[in-house]
Amino acid sequence: MVEHWVQLAYLVAAALFVLSLKWMNEVGTARLGNWAGSIGMAIAVVATLGKPEIHSFLWIGVALVIGAAIGTPMALLMPMTAVPQRTALSHAFGALAAGLVGTAEYYLRGATLGAGATAILCAEVLLGFLTFTGSLLAFGKLHEILPTRPILYPGRNFVSFAVLGLAILSALWLAFVPAPHGILFGFFIVLALLFGVLLVLPIGGADMPTVISILNAYAGLSASFMGFLLNNKLLILAGALDGSSGLILSIQMCKAMNRSFANVLFGAVGHVVETAAPNRDGRSIQGYTPQEASTIFEGARAVVIVPGYGMAAAQAQHVVKEITDRLTSRGVDVKFGIHPVAGRMPGHMNVLLAEADVSYDQLVEMEQINPLFPETDVVIVVGANDITNPAARTRPESPLYGMPILEVDKAKTILFIKRSMATGFAGVDNDLFYLSKTMMVFGDAKKVLNELIAAL
Amino acid sequence: MEQQIDWITNLYVFVLASFLGLELIHNVSRLLHTPLMSLTNAISSIALVGSLLLAGSGDSLLAVLLGTAAVTASSINAVGGFLITDRILRMFRKKNGR
Repeated sequence: MVEHWVQLAYLVAAALFVLSLKWMNEVGTARLGNWAGSIGMAIAVVATLGKPEIHSFLWIGVALVIGAAIGTPMALLMPMTAVPQRTALSHAFGALAAGLVGTAEYYLRGATLGAGATAILCAEVLLGFLTFTGSLLAFGKLHEILPTRPILYPGRNFVSFAVLGLAILSALWLAFVPAPHGILFGFFIVLALLFGVLLVLPIGGADMPTVISILNAYAGLSASFMGFLLNNKLLILAGALDGSSGLILSIQMCKAMNRSFANVLFGAVGHVVETAAPNRDGRSIQGYTPQEASTIFEGARAVVIVPGYGMAAAQAQHVVKEITDRLTSRGVDVKFGIHPVAGRMPGHMNVLLAEADVSYDQLVEMEQINPLFPETDVVIVVGANDITNPAARTRPESPLYGMPILEVDKAKTILFIKRSMATGFAGVDNDLFYLSKTMMVFGDAKKVLNELIAAL
Repeated sequence: MEQQIDWITNLYVFVLASFLGLELIHNVSRLLHTPLMSLTNAISSIALVGSLLLAGSGDSLLAVLLGTAAVTASSINAVGGFLITDRILRMFRKKNGR
């Protein structure tokens, strides 16, 4: 009898999860969506605790208190620039749980499971543990504890595939050769953990939006497979929703870079040493001072600001907001051009600018802003590079060729704020620097913008 | 935790939920991609349900140990995920008459 009520509560929770994603479609209802999701989760937890299979509550209580005590400060105290690494860390914890539950299931009742059930258990454990170590590594890279450049060694793709192949072979053995294989299962876990590391090791900082989305999908699928094993429809549904969300986001990120999954995972972009020197027409790059640069705003009516990861790294979003206010008070129309892969996770720039209190209707997506560039008087590029490189349109030999970009080269003047003369993530020189209408200002984004505000 | 897997029903739910997810997520504006990801991350902490069943089963020391660790990990995921999503969404404001 209790079981019926529990199942009914699960159904309510499932409906709330679906509603929460539906409400997430628009800014106006998004907070409501998050509430629906959290209430759904609370219902699921309470219903589960009401099941007769639960005999002891002591350790559950302790674990929930510890979890809340760690999760709350992680959510409330981390600065907004750290949202990508917090998300990676959160993926790691969720996936670890799925891996641990699968492991216990195998050791407790592995002998009674059929081949199909064991196979799905192995899939759950493989995805859970590889997402755990992969996300921890992504966290390390995003938090810059580890080098953000791809870490490469000879034969890395062979090693990765060999480890994955061995893991899959072990899983097949576990599934189709009956009798408990405690030691083999332990070996299988080690392979899964190792593969997660190998997967993320060769991936550089600017490819993180794709990787973090893929890990998001894996964590969801792992939970879904756990649902198969427990015959729990709520787990299957919630995991599948999460899996499809991660899948869509990673496809969109790949499209925004004109690259395939395989290229992101195994291509190790960011390591290539550029050989094809761009046509510089004998020009050299000239640096200007912020004071000199301030003159281009005289008579400007329309300004577009293009932010990139450099804005996040320099924590410059509040200064960007200040300059926006200054220009707006002079009657200038200011908009922001947001590239889908700017930053370290999908939508990163929008969050930072929202934090700095920029009105979200000023944040314009690439497809909408591109037709506006020819009528734009000044474009300010803050900490972005590859996503503005016209080589993506004009140079078939460039690694960036075919990538959709913000067409800032069509604007009347370009103010390019850059830390140093180093190339962008893709290791490609940017033709924009050599245009006569481009003004390069070198220095820390925050400092340059502050001086620019003073000069305006 | 002893029953046979009900493959067909489970696959039904999985396939239909995946299609539903693809439909729902497809419409989310890029503006909201970060909060979307932290929301779906929080929802993936539904692994908490399996963790609770394991930790509360009292089957053996192994179940209690791994279960408690799993409940801790997935509740960090759940609490942190929903809280930060709300914190992010509170920042998205449209200012009148700019």
